[in-house]
Amino acid sequence: MKHFRVNVHIVPRKGLLDPQGKAVADALHTLGFGAVRDVHVGRYIVIETAAADAAAAEAAVREMCARLLANPVTEDFDIAGAIPA
Amino acid sequence: MKFGIVSFPGSNCDDDAVFAVAETLGEPAVKLWHKDHDLQGCDVIILPGGFSYGDYLRAGAIARFSPIMREVAAHAQRGAPVIGICNGFQIACEAGLLPGALMRNAGLQFLSMPVTIRVEATGTQWTSLCHEGQCLTMPIAHGEGRYTVDAATLERVEGDGLVVFRYVDASGEATEAANVNGSLDNIAGVRNAAGNVVGLMPHPERALDALLGSTDGRVLFESVLAAVHA
Repeated sequence: MKHFRVNVHIVPRKGLLDPQGKAVADALHTLGFGAVRDVHVGRYIVIETAAADAAAAEAAVREMCARLLANPVTEDFDIAGAIPA
Repeated sequence: MKFGIVSFPGSNCDDDAVFAVAETLGEPAVKLWHKDHDLQGCDVIILPGGFSYGDYLRAGAIARFSPIMREVAAHAQRGAPVIGICNGFQIACEAGLLPGALMRNAGLQFLSMPVTIRVEATGTQWTSLCHEGQCLTMPIAHGEGRYTVDAATLERVEGDGLVVFRYVDASGEATEAANVNGSLDNIAGVRNAAGNVVGLMPHPERALDALLGSTDGRVLFESVLAAVHA
């Protein structure tokens, strides 16, 4: 077994009202960043895990996302690849 | 009839729920620790409000994997009564006992105030003594109460009459202004298909005494007693 670090981004599902993202966008507009069109606030999770290879590590994290880390009703997740740790 | 109130680390309405049962019904109520594996013969289960596991990750997301939730799910599967109040509603949704999810309030503020909700479904064990359209006033206290569900499920929730409560104004209309947290279709509470599991964001257990502003919460506890004895 090798060790891997897997980075996961979890974001509110597109199309759902994201009041937190909207509040941040409004604040950025107030600061003068008028070009900002949209902001979404999510979570960034770093998981260190043992696995046979990178693909197995990713597959395990995918299942973690489906069962706990992301809410299937309201969130989408993106796994940014497993890096040897 | 014996009531069991599940205490998770961070629950803070479990004592209120114990008090509610004793006060309104005079029935025995025990607290069940989330790490327990049996329901101690309880007939009715209450998932109380609070901030289980500090709302880490998402409200209710970690509590749903507490050991006792396996027993609670089996209890629900048998058709026995379960209610999720506030954080308990969030836990019940995360556990898949009820459809949907609760997201951050649309206005981002934590809301602590009395609201009026309208009874939409009386075919549940928790609203059997209500009449359809009955308006109840009870407090809310939550930051993540915006009921959300995908479009296909919403169609089923509305079509099958799974909406139990909606936020309404003083005249009983489900207006946008009355929809304090921005929930889809003003939804304040839902049930499962069988009607034994109900979840809602408002706190019936805090609406039992006129001194505290409302006694409208009583009818839910009286309903479940009547339903189980029927």
